[in-house]
Amino acid sequence: MSATATSPSKTPERIAHKGLLEVRELTTRFKLSQGWVRAVEKVSFSLEPGESLGLAGESGCGKTTAALSILKLLPENGRIVSGEILFDGKNLAKRTEYGMSKIRWKEISMIFQGAMNALNPVTETGKQIAEPIILHEGVSQKEALKRTRDLFELVGINPKRVMDFPHQLSGGMRQRAMIAMALACNPKLVIGDEPTTALDVMVQAQILDLIERLRRELDLSFILISHDLSVMAETCDKGVIMYAGEVVESGTVAHLFNDPQHPYTRQLIKAFPNIHERREMVSSIQGDPPNLLDPPPGCGFAPRCDAKTGACANDPETVEVAPGHFVRCHLMKRGVA
Amino acid sequence: MATGTTPTGSRTVRDVTADGARDKSLAGHIGPDELARAEVRDGVLFDVRDLQVFFPIHEGFFKSMVARKGEKRFVKAVDHVSFCVKQGEILALVGESGCGKTTTGRTMLRLEEATGGDILYKGLPMRAFSHKALREYRKKAQIIFQDPYNSINPKQTIFDIVAEPLEVNGVTSSEREKEERVVKAISEAGLRPASEYLYRYPHELSGGQRQRVCIAGATVLEPDMIVADEPVASLDVSIRNDILKLMVEQKETLGVTYLFITHDLSLAWVISDRIAVMYLGRIVEIGDTEEVVADPRHPYTKALISVIPVPDPLAKREHVILAGETPNPVDIPSGCRFHPRCPEAIDACREIDPPDVNVGGDHYAACIRLK
Repeated sequence: MSATATSPSKTPERIAHKGLLEVRELTTRFKLSQGWVRAVEKVSFSLEPGESLGLAGESGCGKTTAALSILKLLPENGRIVSGEILFDGKNLAKRTEYGMSKIRWKEISMIFQGAMNALNPVTETGKQIAEPIILHEGVSQKEALKRTRDLFELVGINPKRVMDFPHQLSGGMRQRAMIAMALACNPKLVIGDEPTTALDVMVQAQILDLIERLRRELDLSFILISHDLSVMAETCDKGVIMYAGEVVESGTVAHLFNDPQHPYTRQLIKAFPNIHERREMVSSIQGDPPNLLDPPPGCGFAPRCDAKTGACANDPETVEVAPGHFVRCHLMKRGVA
Repeated sequence: MATGTTPTGSRTVRDVTADGARDKSLAGHIGPDELARAEVRDGVLFDVRDLQVFFPIHEGFFKSMVARKGEKRFVKAVDHVSFCVKQGEILALVGESGCGKTTTGRTMLRLEEATGGDILYKGLPMRAFSHKALREYRKKAQIIFQDPYNSINPKQTIFDIVAEPLEVNGVTSSEREKEERVVKAISEAGLRPASEYLYRYPHELSGGQRQRVCIAGATVLEPDMIVADEPVASLDVSIRNDILKLMVEQKETLGVTYLFITHDLSLAWVISDRIAVMYLGRIVEIGDTEEVVADPRHPYTKALISVIPVPDPLAKREHVILAGETPNPVDIPSGCRFHPRCPEAIDACREIDPPDVNVGGDHYAACIRLK
């Protein structure tokens, strides 16, 4: 399985790996004047074709950085230090910028958070969506715009509005346009970075419904990055909970929400109200996340953990508590949980 | 200033017509003494009656020349809203962006002027307040804004920020008294010990702590009511719950009444006593929180509750996803304003503007299909 073959031939061999995407021990750091920030530390997860995966955690936990690492869209001071990103038989972590440009949008695309900021305000929305089609498929602008109109239809915007500027569209429509753009070149994998965060509940429901429908129709794999566990619970097959740059728990959503094992996952779930249950005050997690410039040794969550023991000063191991359900906590080994 | 009548014809706008004239003649009738003597009757602190807040649209010179008289257009942010706020409760005003919830809250603080209807504070009509009475009133009603990063002055210490309302209103007679009240407000807002925070600057605090400073700045005047406008929308999940808890705590220990404005119905459900759901400038449903959430009667509330995500993948519920988006508050649909998107609409909904129907106890919904 772990054949990281470095073939001398011109056409690189396909690397055997799990599923469509497998991230193995990905470590990404940012260089600041004070030192290196440990943004993502040994993060591993995998994704089957047609599956949806949620990456969740509080702000600053590294979920967006992990996703940007997959596309190698990190800011200038960001580095993938180690690890492998195996996508469809290729190791993206080792790819050159030119090699990545062939992957981006054609095979993996992204829906960015603020649709207003992600779209160019002085170019017609349709032209922006046509751009990657022209670039990757070498078709004429006319042909690309025709396809853009079809894409608009697909995501539920009137195709007549293809030449509207972003400011002429409502927030929901802009987000739909972003989705159309992500689908422009028929990618295999779409990453949504908080695709519904700035939207109203009803519009959020519409967009999530749309993503779900498109995923089924086009057999897409989808990675949802969200701080909102409720959204992840409703839309994803699998989930990864991150804290301070590390994966603390991963598994199917049923594992994570109906049988959470890591103290952080448990506390985080309790922080979200469930209006179909009995009404009670939602709880908070006391304390702050650690400073990732100088992370403390051992379990990163220990200072805020209500089940802390002496063992937590050492790095916990990741334990598979049930098939496909991984927990990174000392409690697991002793079978206390 | 706006002129003419609204498209509905019945209501008049600003101070031009009969209604407005009444406004003018009334203004100044209630002085600070009368305000000080006023008492809460039947537990009702605020009685909002048929409130309207319209904003005129300023169109270009040419359009204004071409348009016929009486065609002046308005953004009807708040359109015939009636409700009361009971003393010592948390009333949540819930709705999507643009539904008028913030405008309603701001009008109750007289940060916006009502263009119709009235707000009674302790039984006194607010539009009749004299200038001095208004100054007194402002001490009694405070606001907390959404973004604790931009709503406090980065160059002031926490002490100065919290003491400013006292100074502006000339409330305290001595420095010592001022200091005592500031320290009290800061520790009541959960920043303990207060002495540790007094001389720090906002940039030294986290988002949650800053929001606590804002809350201290609001409670330092010992107001009757605080309008909390999306107080946790910009905070992380693990912190926001602390702020919600603080609001409940202050309601219980200090007797502060909160008008909690939020887009998130699930947060409203967690802390409020009653919920009012707004849609396009109108309250469509109001009632006891648990009752509204467990047994919503208005189709909009039903849809809204059905799409709220919950942290439980096994809870597969029917989602009622409304098509389209909230219409423009300039051209409000005829009859029931919700009818174009309503899954339960009947023909009559196009014509009849629904009255509030009592559906049991204190629970009202504005839908003609309810009897």
